[in-house]
Amino acid sequence: MTFMSKMLGAAAAAALSAGAALAEPALIFDLGGKFDKSFNEAAFNGAQRWAEETGGTFLEIELQSEAQREQALRRFAEAGANPIVTMGFAMADPLSSVAPDYPDTKFAVVDVNWLDLPNVRQVSFAEHEGSYLAGMMAAMATKTGTVGFVGGMDVPLIRHFGCGYAQGVKAVNPDAKIVANMTGTTPAAWNDPVKGSEITKAQISQGADVVYAAAGGTGVGVLQTAADEGILSIGVDSNQNYLHPGQVLTSMLKRVDVAVYEAMKAGEDLETGTVVTLGLAEDGVGVAMDEYNADLVTDEMKAAVAEARQKIIDGEIEVVSYYANDSCPALSF
Amino acid sequence: MDVMPKWAEVILVPLISLLLAAILSALVILAIGEDPVAAVKLMVTGALGSTYGWGYTLYYATNFMFTGLAVAIAFHARLFNIGGEGQAMLGGLGVALACLYIPWPHWTLALLGAIVMAALFGAFWAAIPAWLQAKRGSHIVITTIMFNFIAASLLNYVLVNLLRPKGQMDPATARFPDVVHLPTLHELLAPFGIAFSKSAPANVSLLVAVLACFLLWVLIWRTRLGYEIRAYGHSESAAKYAGISPTRIIMITMIISGALAGMMAINNVMGEAERLVLNSTEGAGFIGIAVALMGRSHPLGVFIAAILFGFLYQGGAELALWTSIPRELIVVIQALVILFTGALDNMVRMPLEKIFLARRRRQAPKPERKEA
Repeated sequence: MTFMSKMLGAAAAAALSAGAALAEPALIFDLGGKFDKSFNEAAFNGAQRWAEETGGTFLEIELQSEAQREQALRRFAEAGANPIVTMGFAMADPLSSVAPDYPDTKFAVVDVNWLDLPNVRQVSFAEHEGSYLAGMMAAMATKTGTVGFVGGMDVPLIRHFGCGYAQGVKAVNPDAKIVANMTGTTPAAWNDPVKGSEITKAQISQGADVVYAAAGGTGVGVLQTAADEGILSIGVDSNQNYLHPGQVLTSMLKRVDVAVYEAMKAGEDLETGTVVTLGLAEDGVGVAMDEYNADLVTDEMKAAVAEARQKIIDGEIEVVSYYANDSCPALSF
Repeated sequence: MDVMPKWAEVILVPLISLLLAAILSALVILAIGEDPVAAVKLMVTGALGSTYGWGYTLYYATNFMFTGLAVAIAFHARLFNIGGEGQAMLGGLGVALACLYIPWPHWTLALLGAIVMAALFGAFWAAIPAWLQAKRGSHIVITTIMFNFIAASLLNYVLVNLLRPKGQMDPATARFPDVVHLPTLHELLAPFGIAFSKSAPANVSLLVAVLACFLLWVLIWRTRLGYEIRAYGHSESAAKYAGISPTRIIMITMIISGALAGMMAINNVMGEAERLVLNSTEGAGFIGIAVALMGRSHPLGVFIAAILFGFLYQGGAELALWTSIPRELIVVIQALVILFTGALDNMVRMPLEKIFLARRRRQAPKPERKEA
């Protein structure tokens, strides 16, 4: 009897949620998976915050395959989901073929800024600015004068991270050595903590004692190994300071959660056809300071970072973007 | 001669296997607190309830037909081609090269050219393990599976370093020109007044796959070569005694097999994505093994099994979209079906054979007495 009522209850719930599916926002996670402690999880947190504040619900899917990108977009669009928030640069191509078919649906995409579609809001971040601050902190914290950078997939976006970081390091200590490695050349590199751990060990053997991971789920392995080996690490995207209290110097925050939250909050009134770049001035990027890294961050560091932040916002310091001419003045990949 | 009547062999065994897999899957869904009845309903309506669902089901099925046929033809020569995945990847490369670098005047010519290139590339990738098996005795299971990894690395290198347009972040080729766009079922059926979903990716390659099923049936059961392949599969020594060259059979069978696996690329690369992405095969080469096993290596069986697996894939995608069943569990459900229909075939078959044998024994004495 209880079994039966449970089944009926579940069916009713399914029917209800199917009915309410109209005009719900939808969120499409990239292949790394929802709980990667980084990029996708930040998106989930933003959506969750929206859901808690408004009491609304949202549709979501963790992609399993490339073919599902377009399929998920179309299905959510046909089901009336609005807006549809998607994660990652790999959505650019499917979006450019799907979005024109659903002119009344609004889309938002994070990490894309080169499309020209009237119903798509493109959100990109000035990762090089945030990474610059992280690089300054790394250069001030290192004792060996050597710092590491572990990238995920070798794409311009990650070089963009590494380039800003290297400029920050060189700004503090022009003689510092930067060891930079990429995890791989395929999307699998976003979720390979074992390889992240190996690269970290290799960088430690080259003298690195602060390692910055810009590698999605792979970064979990980097932070773990850094903690095990007694060196400092820098997290990315989400605030990862809590993962190893006292051993993560800081996290380069990329407020994907804010971008997702605001897209969902705007709902059907989402402003589209625009490219939004969130930098230090908009608090779109920054370095995380909390109780977990309070003992690691000196007052000197805090002052230097605050000063540099203001100077970047005012335009006194110009952090060179890797995109500008596909090369980096401070680091060669 | 057969222990079981034909209908039990082709219908009853797969049906019971499916039922067992469904029961276990239902238990899995129950265990995570979801409703199995609603889940099945969602899968059926999502995959078969609309032309949209059918479009996706048939799209996946087209992939599985090609890879299933590839495995099936190899089975007839007692060769186990696990390399369908790698052969399909190379086929994709062939299709991409044909579509990007040859200025085709019309899609029909482009399709023919792409089929030839896909088949050539796939056949080439199968021919190396075949040669190693025929001449050096390296086991084909080992070599073909290893060639999957080599194919993945090769494709990775080519996409990242050679074919990727400058500045693009995806490891993928540029989009193919519009002229090589293959008509989808929507475009094919529209002139006949049949409305088919516009957004589904099923395309003209489905017809190529069906044609391939028919041609393979002709090859296996209506030609001298097919007879030789089957003879070799039943007994190598007998085939040798009859003057059939094992080297020739291994090479020809594997080349056909590789060509079929490679031809999958006209569906997923040319028909759907219209560009070559890194993970374009998505395991279809391995699903082909299950499809061939379930279809008992008969082209018609492969056709039906491919549609079943297409249903599972599309139904699984619908589950991922509309329920909170995590994607890992959807893979578990798909794996259970593959396990029961492909790998645990004997678990159902042997008790069934016993039942039929027992029935026959009970019936058998009667006519004997009459004769006496």
